[in-house]
Amino acid sequence: MITAPQNRGFVEPGHGSGLLDVGRRRYLLSLLVRKEVQVRYRGSVLGWLWSYVKPTFQFLVFFLALGVFLQQNRNMESYPIYLFSGLIVINLFNEAFGNGTRSIVDNGALIKKIYLPREMFPVSSTIVAFVNFLPQLVVTLIVCLLVGWHPEPTQILGLVLGMLIVIVLSTGLGMLFGAANVSFRDSQNFVELIALVATWASPVLYPWTTVRKVLPDWLLQIYLVNPLTTAVELFHAGLWFPTTSETADLPPDLLLKGGLALVIAVIVLLLGQLVFRRLEGRFAQDL
Amino acid sequence: MPRTSETDARIIVRNVDKRFVLRHTHSLKETFISLIRRKSLVTTFEALHDIDFEIGEGESVALLGFNGSGKSTLLKLMSGVLRPDRGQILTRGRIAGLIEVGAGFHPDLSGRENVYLNAAILGMSRKEVDERFDDIVAFSEIGDFIDTEVKHYSSGMFVRLAFAVAIHTTLDIMLVDEVLSVGDEPFQKKCIAKLRELQSQGKTMVVVSHDLDTVSRLCERGILINKGRVVFDGGSADAVAAMRAG
Repeated sequence: MITAPQNRGFVEPGHGSGLLDVGRRRYLLSLLVRKEVQVRYRGSVLGWLWSYVKPTFQFLVFFLALGVFLQQNRNMESYPIYLFSGLIVINLFNEAFGNGTRSIVDNGALIKKIYLPREMFPVSSTIVAFVNFLPQLVVTLIVCLLVGWHPEPTQILGLVLGMLIVIVLSTGLGMLFGAANVSFRDSQNFVELIALVATWASPVLYPWTTVRKVLPDWLLQIYLVNPLTTAVELFHAGLWFPTTSETADLPPDLLLKGGLALVIAVIVLLLGQLVFRRLEGRFAQDL
Repeated sequence: MPRTSETDARIIVRNVDKRFVLRHTHSLKETFISLIRRKSLVTTFEALHDIDFEIGEGESVALLGFNGSGKSTLLKLMSGVLRPDRGQILTRGRIAGLIEVGAGFHPDLSGRENVYLNAAILGMSRKEVDERFDDIVAFSEIGDFIDTEVKHYSSGMFVRLAFAVAIHTTLDIMLVDEVLSVGDEPFQKKCIAKLRELQSQGKTMVVVSHDLDTVSRLCERGILINKGRVVFDGGSADAVAAMRAG
């Protein structure tokens, strides 16, 4: 043989370049996202209103229990905005992560029959979750504007950074657990557990300063290193903080922490891609 | 034997083995218990053994063999759905894997939406689908039902539309599995005619079908597989004769 076959345009079928292939096949990705969005609430009377109804009720329950009964509302300025701006971040994470984890098994019929970059499915899950998240963000913004929101450019930057952290992190975790879910369905139950913990392990329902009061410093640092905590605090800084008298105590060096959280999220994404690629060869026969 | 030189090959299959590891558990608990008891949770099954051949540009090859011989596995290896355990498979050009028509169809979407989605899954760009959309609808004979949700289609309409999409994703290599048996007789004739047209355009084709007469007329070369090994590679009529002789 004079030249290797690879040099003459030959490729090995089934050996893609992972997430890069998803970028190359954006058209397919857009159609998959559109399919998910269209099909999701097919056959229900309220349709996409459900994506407003669910967070509204979640908010009301928490507001009643924590804001009124536990009197957070009296102790904190604009507690409803504090609560909602944190909740939408956690919901974005939980939905993207949960759907991403189930996406490989859910699309098993397709994966078994036609080759396409399988990273497509967790990535489209994240995009669908983001599409679901946007109206919630808009609602929050409208409420913020009504009560006199006056953010600074760095706070807006913080919001974008917060979204980026959650998107990258949940895609990476979705790929990791989605790939594991093919062989071990325990994975998706485990993810539900994480979702439950995630809501409470970040300062969504309570201010982080209450954690500072009870935890020793080294434990507090571990608590704050959680990228989700940083994303939630970035949202608080961008949405809730400018609607208050701005005397509240935000975690120090928030943008720096945001940068660190993004680095962690990117590492998780790379790890997710690595594991995904190792397990991918067996998807079609294990599903 | 219609062998081709390596320079104009489209598909190279080199010393390929494929084993299926059948695991008997899907939970951590069972895995853990079996680890303690040192009991094996797997049985291996060799689906393909030392498969080695090349398919040249413009060639049409019938993969023949009885159920369980491994021909569909081989087709899946070529499409990239499965990966070989040993050896190598190389392909040149874009592959349309018509492994199972309608696999990417969603019942809640309209025919039109499904055409675009399925064509994109098979590797087509938006522009390519736009260009061929009218041909696809005409071929499928769906007519005005194209904007109806696919769940309301009769099974005949469903396969006709699915096959019409698949057959219009004319790339360089077509992998065709058991799709010659879709629809009624006039539609089958139309499909065969379309496949012949693609042959004349120089497309490479690998066909799996149980309809031996049709497939041997469609393809000039036949590869007979028995229990995961190639037992005959030559003219398709001879391959069919060898298969019938057992």
